[in-house]
This record gives sequence, C-alpha cells and structure tokens, in this order.
Amino acid sequence: MANLKILVGCKRVIDYAVKVRVNSTKLAVETAGVKHSLNPFDEIAVEEAIRLREKLGNNVVKEIVALSCGPPKSQEQLRTALAMGVDRAIHVEVGKDDSEATRTLQPLAVAKLFKAIIEKEQANLIILGKQAIDDDASQTGQMLAGLLNWPQATFASKIEISGDKITTTREIDGGLETISSKLPAIVTSDLRLNEPRFVTLPNIMKAKKKPLEKFTPDQLKVDVAPRLENISVTDPPVRKGGTKVDSVDDLISKLKSAGALE
Amino acid sequence: MYYNYAPNIITQRILQLSGKNLLTRNNFVLNNISKKVQLILPRTFATSIESNTEIPAKKHAPTKEVNFTLTQDDIKFFTSILPANGLIIDNEDDLMPYNIDWMRKYRGKSRLVVKPKDTQQVSQILKYCNDNKLAVVPQGGNTGLVGGGVPVFDEIIINTNNLNQIRSFDPISGVLTCDAGCILEVLDRYLAERCYMMPLDLGAKGSCHIGGNVATNAGGLRLLRYGSLHGSILGLEAILPDGTILDNLSTLRKDNTGTLGIITGVSISTPRRPRAVNVAVLGINSFQNVQKAFMTSKDELSEILSAFEFWDMNALNLLKTHNIQGTKFPLEDHYPFYVLVEISGSNKSHDDEKLHNFLENLLTNEIVTNGVVAQDDTQIARFWSLREGIPEACSKAGAVYKYDISVPVPVLYQMVKDVRIRLQSAGVLGEDKLVSDVIGYGHIGDGNLHLNIVANTYDPKVTNLIEPYVYEWTEQHNGSISAEHGLGFMKAEYLGYTKSPSMISLMKQIKQSIDPNGIMNPYKFLPTR
Repeated sequence: MANLKILVGCKRVIDYAVKVRVNSTKLAVETAGVKHSLNPFDEIAVEEAIRLREKLGNNVVKEIVALSCGPPKSQEQLRTALAMGVDRAIHVEVGKDDSEATRTLQPLAVAKLFKAIIEKEQANLIILGKQAIDDDASQTGQMLAGLLNWPQATFASKIEISGDKITTTREIDGGLETISSKLPAIVTSDLRLNEPRFVTLPNIMKAKKKPLEKFTPDQLKVDVAPRLENISVTDPPVRKGGTKVDSVDDLISKLKSAGALE
Repeated sequence: MYYNYAPNIITQRILQLSGKNLLTRNNFVLNNISKKVQLILPRTFATSIESNTEIPAKKHAPTKEVNFTLTQDDIKFFTSILPANGLIIDNEDDLMPYNIDWMRKYRGKSRLVVKPKDTQQVSQILKYCNDNKLAVVPQGGNTGLVGGGVPVFDEIIINTNNLNQIRSFDPISGVLTCDAGCILEVLDRYLAERCYMMPLDLGAKGSCHIGGNVATNAGGLRLLRYGSLHGSILGLEAILPDGTILDNLSTLRKDNTGTLGIITGVSISTPRRPRAVNVAVLGINSFQNVQKAFMTSKDELSEILSAFEFWDMNALNLLKTHNIQGTKFPLEDHYPFYVLVEISGSNKSHDDEKLHNFLENLLTNEIVTNGVVAQDDTQIARFWSLREGIPEACSKAGAVYKYDISVPVPVLYQMVKDVRIRLQSAGVLGEDKLVSDVIGYGHIGDGNLHLNIVANTYDPKVTNLIEPYVYEWTEQHNGSISAEHGLGFMKAEYLGYTKSPSMISLMKQIKQSIDPNGIMNPYKFLPTR
C-alpha cells in the first residue's frame, strides 16, 4: 500500500444560510459584516480525508494538510478543518479582507497556488470541493489537474483506495460512473460523498496547538493577478406574485389567455 | 402611533393591577400568606378527542344557554360586517381546526368562527356579542398548551388570522407596530431584513400570533437575554367587551386567555439583530454541573449570553425514536443532561474568544464531559432543532401531559425524578405501561421546567396520579404552576396554588368590572369557586 499524504482545500465563503446582497458597486456581493464559513463541499473533502485515514490507518495515510488561499480570516476556516481532524494547515494570504480576496482570486490563480504547495509538500492525493458556493465556478480542481498533468475524478460520491489505485464513483446524468486511476490524483467531492462530523470541544482544544504555516503568493512565486474582468453583478429578477381565481372556469380562461391551454 | 401618548391613567391602573396578579415566569411566590384555601374541583373536562368536551359544570354555565343555536339575526349581523371569507358557519369540517387545540386535548363545539380584519370589526363584533350575551373565545395561532384559545362549549371563536398587517416600523428606534394576528416568525423575518429581531423566540413561532404572545406574556428561548416580553411592549390597542377601543395602553395584560378583552394591535421595541451568533451543545453528567455551567456562563459570557437551555437523556432518546428529519445527532455518546448555550454579539472574533475560553474552562474543570460547537449557520439551526424538536417528538409518541413550572433552579430537576418515582411505584411507568416516559427540559436561565409525561392516551388514572401532585410539589418548593404557558382551561381551578385568596378575589373584581356579562372566554384562567 502506498503512503498517502492528503491535501484538502478549504475556501472561506459566505455562509450557506446567509441571504447575499449585491453591493453598491454592482460588481460584487456585500461581504463586510457577513457571516463566513467553510465551503460545504470543502467540509466534505476534509471529512473524506479523515475517514480515509480512519479506514486505512496511520501507516497508510501519513498526513493530512489543509490549505486555504484568502484573507487573514481564512484561518478561522483552517481552525475548523484542524478541529475536525486535519494535522496541519497552510494559509496563503491573498487580500486584506474578504472583499479584496474575492476581487483578486480566480480559479486559475488558486490552482497555481495549490500546485506550488503540492510540489513543496509532495502530497499525492488532493481532495477539493467540487465547487465553492460563492462563485460556483467548479474549475479549480480541473485546472489543477491540467497544471500538474495528474488524473482527475470530479464529483465523487464514493472513494476507494487499494495499493496505488484510486477508484471513484461519480454521479452523472442518469446514473453512476465508476472510474479508476493511479495515484497521485485529484478528486473533487460531491454532496453525497459523506456527512461531515461535528466539531467537538476536546478537538477544538487540540486544534489550537496544531501548526498553521503562512505564505504569500510572492514567496511561492505565483502571479495571482486576475485574468477575467467582472463586468456586473445583479439581483435575479423579482418573481411576480400569483393571482387567485374564483372558479375552475376562471382558471381555464386564464390559462388559455396565457397560452398554456389550447 | 399610539405608543407615545400618555396612557389613560385610570384604565392603566386597573389593568396594571390585573397584570401584576398574573403568574409570570420567575415570579416565585414567596409571600403567599394563606395557600391551603382553594378547594380543588375534580377535572371533569374533556380528556381526549373521542370523549369530547362534556359539560364541565352546568352550574356556572355561560351567559347564554349551553348549546344555544345562533339566531338568524345573529348570523345576519355577522355576515353584514364580515366578507364571505371572514366567517365560518356550521360547517363541521371547516370548524374543526378552530374547535380543537393542537395537542388534540381540548375540543369545543362552536358553530361560528369570525375572522375580523381590522380593529373596527373586532369592536363591532364584541359589542354585538356583549349586547346579546353571546360568549366568545379569542383565538390566535391556536398554539396554546392549556386550552385557553379553544371554546369549552359553543362560544363564538374570534380568530385573529386576518388581523395580519404590519402598521409601521421605525428603523432608528426599532419600534414595530403591527396587528395582533401577525405571526411571530413573519415579524421576525420582516425585521431581519432591516437588521432587527423580535425580542422573543419560541418553538411555535411559525404559527403563534404576536397578540397571543403578548396576552400570555410568552417567555420562550430569549427571555434570558431580552427579559419578559412585557418589558418590550410600548403600547397595546385592545377592545373591551362593550366594544370600547383602548388604544394607548402600555401595561395592559389580558391575562393569559383574553378574559378581559381582545388585543388588536401591538407596539414593540425590538432589539438590533446580533451580527455574530455562536451555539454549542454540551454533554453534562449531573444536574449539579448543569447549574455550575450556567453560573460560569453568566460570569464569563455575561452580556453576550443569549440562551441557556437544557434537556435530559430521556428527551434525547425520544428525539432519536421520532427522528423525523433523519438528523445526525451532534454528540454520539449519551449523557444524562444536555445544554445548549447560545451567544450573540456584534463582533465575532471577540465572541469566539470568550466562548472558547469559557468552554475550555468547563472542560478543564470537568464541568462538562463533551461538547460540540457549531461551525456555520446550518449547524446552528440543526442544534436548535434538537431543542425545539422535543415537544414535537413528545406529541408523536401519543398523549402528552405537559406541565410548565418555575421553581428555584437547585430543585428544578428533582421534580422530574419525584414524578418518575411516583409513577413507577404506582406501576404505570415503563414500556407497555400507560406512561412510557417522563422527560424534563426547559430554560435553566429562568428556572423554568417543562415536565412532559408521555402516555399512550389521556387516562384518568394517570391524571389523578399527577394532579394535584405536581401543583402541590410546586407549591411546597415556592414555585409557580404556570411559568409561561398560562392557566387557560387546564389550570384555572389550580390558581389557588400560587395566588392568595385576596389576590384571586381582586382579580375576580377586575374581571367583573370590565366584563360584567362574563362573555369573554368563560371557564378560563379564574377558578370557578
């Protein structure tokens, strides 16, 4: 059995339960004073890494490292990953706050930062969320696979490892697809891969003592300048309210006039 | 806006008196001079949907003959002032949801539901009913637990569903003025968009009306932080039985069941919505340590502490048995007690630091055994759903005897243990027995215990074992028999356990002077003898 060193991605995003608002510049959403959390798909990735170690043992999974690229507060999300059971965290600081980080960081830049850290750390299994719930780009994993020229298995709902082979079940239209490849590899997690654990008190205490290393893009010699220009961000159109009808006949005539009935 | 007018002094005085007499949470009765005076009438009212409401006692019949039929004139009057969708007449199926409470414990036989949509209509309806001596029962979201909002016989139901307009909101002062029939959660969502919140929160928030909350001075999950709801009420608009509209009251409290009048409008001072909220669920080995954890939280979390709830292992087991949403439980091992701590403030990193120090302290001093901390809003909602799911899980199990008492915190859980022992020694507690479980949960912060006795069905044998035992126990420990649920129909005859005869006599005088015909929600709140 191969030795595994797993690296997981941890993006700081606006909390899933927050109702986002477009900010006054109409180029982004409001981030100041808004609750941020670990991207839910990344949380699933963290959980999967920990479960792999629980299943395969410490002899196989040597180390699990969490990596986040973003503003200083991304460390909150890394602490969550550490409290869940990750051994070590790396923070590549980009932007002084959430707003600047969102403006700057695009998937290609993140993939390059990941590549730099992966080469430094010699990680051989990379688990990322299939997408971040803020920009919904779903590109980082794929770009990273391209940059490293590694096999990729996206939208995984099941992962199995035997020897240096990884077998992944993917959810596709109309069914499941199972693919296998050699390690090293990149996997992106889908919603049904697992249900993440809760963070317990004793583990929060332990997490405080775990190491968290910090880098800048310059130190990693990565140019993170955005390649795409954001032209505008707008609210979705407001839904028009429905009307009540008094009778079935009324309903039918309304449907006819709307062209829904012949 | 009526909240900044000087209240009518005389009315205020009378109503203040009535308000102060009422049982409020945390209002331990320490100065009850003579307690053993009230005679307890046997519980003769309906105990299940099947047995229905039998006449409790004809000797104190309502002002109109029991089983009266509405005259054509009555119906003509109501149809003349209300639109077709504003009333339900004589349709058994349509009337059912209004005639029965949500626990399916109390059921009346009203033939008429009226749903006024403004204050004027309520006033006209009440005046007509008073003139013709028709008894009425005010009803809001019908989420009450003591049968206060459903008719006992065939009282006309005045439902506030259509009184649902938000009248005004001032984003500077945070003052919200709205109709009494606005649903608590709807108001809270409205305020959330404006960065404010309702100063109260309770499990029934999705259905209960603000008018009912105010009338019963509902406690709930935020009492610890924002105090008794009364403190946040700036003004009330209410209709007296003779149709008089009182629109500048600040201290009116309609006791718990609308026995003095009907609230139609409310003006509330709402707090700013906290920007940072954190929730932890802790597993604790003894009730002693639950208290220690609470003391520590007051000390170390102080101004950001916003809720401190507890439930016991039996409650958790019930949740697991009736796990409706298939929720994953935060703590895998079992603990005798669980505590939910919520903190809310304006600065997350400040709050996080406080919370972590607090939790670390509890853990190193072995006050808590284990715990989980919510990492995002979804987890916060999930932790809360545990606590809020307990009443629902109880009702899934069959019949529930619900008691809501406030006693000094040190003896709070002793009540649960004593009731268990009592039911056990009577041979009715256990699997395949009449009573399947006795569970305890509630608001530690204000000494409020919810004692729920989960049974297959409402059985007189069980009832007689619990009542008046529970009330006597509460009296012995200087508690109140109704911390936040009110007295309604269920506990009206037991008022003497927490109020002295002179108090009760004064309350009756107030009732008599405001409602001389006795049309307002008869049989509720005040004992008949």
